Amino acid sequence: MRHDVLIAGFGGQGVLLAGNVLSYAALDDGKNVSYFPAYGVEKRGGTANCTVVIADGAVGSPVVGSPSVLVALNQGSLDRLGSKIRSGGICIINSSLVDATTLKRSDVKLVSVAMNEIATELGDPRMVNMVALGAYAELTGAVSLEALAEALKAALPERNHRFIPANAKAMESGARSARGE
Amino acid sequence: MSKRLFVKGNEAAAMGAIEAGCRYYFGYPITPQSDIPEYLSRELPKLDGEFIQAESEVAAINMLLGASACGVRAMTSSSSPGISLKQEGISYMAGAELPGVIINISRSGPGLGGIDASQSDYFQSVKGGGHGGYRIAVLAPNSVQEMYDLTMHAFDLADQYRTPVMVLGDSVIGQMKEALVPNPRPVRELPAKEWAVRGKSGGEQRIVKSLFLGDGELEAHNWRLHAKYRQMMEKECLSEEFETADATLLVTAYGSVARIAHTAVAMAREEGLKVGLFRPITLCPFPEEALKAAGQRAGRILDIELNTGQMVEDVRLAVGSGVEVSFYGRPPGAGSLPSPEELLDQIRKHYA
Repeated sequence: MRHDVLIAGFGGQGVLLAGNVLSYAALDDGKNVSYFPAYGVEKRGGTANCTVVIADGAVGSPVVGSPSVLVALNQGSLDRLGSKIRSGGICIINSSLVDATTLKRSDVKLVSVAMNEIATELGDPRMVNMVALGAYAELTGAVSLEALAEALKAALPERNHRFIPANAKAMESGARSARGE
Repeated sequence: MSKRLFVKGNEAAAMGAIEAGCRYYFGYPITPQSDIPEYLSRELPKLDGEFIQAESEVAAINMLLGASACGVRAMTSSSSPGISLKQEGISYMAGAELPGVIINISRSGPGLGGIDASQSDYFQSVKGGGHGGYRIAVLAPNSVQEMYDLTMHAFDLADQYRTPVMVLGDSVIGQMKEALVPNPRPVRELPAKEWAVRGKSGGEQRIVKSLFLGDGELEAHNWRLHAKYRQMMEKECLSEEFETADATLLVTAYGSVARIAHTAVAMAREEGLKVGLFRPITLCPFPEEALKAAGQRAGRILDIELNTGQMVEDVRLAVGSGVEVSFYGRPPGAGSLPSPEELLDQIRKHYA
């Protein structure tokens, strides 16, 4: 079993936290994991992305040229990275901010999730990253929703643990939306 | 299985230092290694240790020299331009035969360059770096676990051979998070520090110095330093091989790019290409003998580095003229990190 995913958005959308939560969930599951943040002169509003590799055996390269899944939280990420998705892979877009018709790929499964609307409906647009994670887990089976929710405990500082139930709900909503419900 | 932590490479190095008994750290912040001083500034005071943010890199390396002269385990860390500033101090430490660990989470250059992953400091690290003709041991981790393990090992090597030891990484290894099993430090028989200065406590006076003015004194000192290097060459070389037994093309790579090359080699194997990977773990002493054997077995080598060609010179020296050695490099800078697919293309190109 091997999963790799590139999660991308603009700084402030919680892309790096999403990668961390996913990593903790897979690690807890006994998998080998690498989490590699794009490390440039990043800033709020600039671009941010991270690559997570989950494997039963050795992770190998933490750098992935053609990810099997791209999670694009904003238009710029899809424009810049859409062409890199492995043929037969999945592209999960935040349709609140991304125009689905701009991905000119017939060899990739496109899944649209209105992440901002879903997060806002649940009370906080900042949970857009958790909605994305739920959709990713649903579509790939890389980790379970329960493991993701549990991983929030490890990924978040104690003072933010009061937000875990709401974030877990956002993950479930993301998964439901990815199922087309 | 002991508990697996999930930490950055930089944090793992700091944790390894603490496990090795290091209680003194001196440094000056610079990206991409600042997680090391950040971690130690929080943890060392809890252990009755000392964390000092020095006024400059030059001050930090000289604080390391002073602490080491007193016989304690101490460390500094920086990134390429900061390491350049430390070279004078490293030379003095090498001359005075002082142990000490220096971590270089290198960035791209020359000059101010950038902060991206780079292997451009290979020459500076393994050929001496400062003035006066000396070598220090250089270790090149390729994972978060090795950042921890090799930092511990660095302290032992330093004490065993009375030499500065460098751990050389980059932002891939420093900023990446992976599972870490914090193993206890392996037991190694180490000589007592009977040379360390101890103040006015009586007994014979001890002097730590790198100045030797007596007739023939400095020449003998240089040969002694060289003999230590030869001894390290004999006993301390570390390397790792992957799929090399029947390989007809041997890829050589270290550190971060060895991780990418590892996947590229695995992909090549799936295509039926007989390719193997040789990864030096100690860059100095360079694992000449093991590489010579693997290289001559394969007959052909593709060396891959994040620079315009540095380690490839040592690879050529190690294997001799009978082995064809090619080079593929990506000099550092934003967007220059190669993908496994890109390295696979190079492997196909060089595969006979």
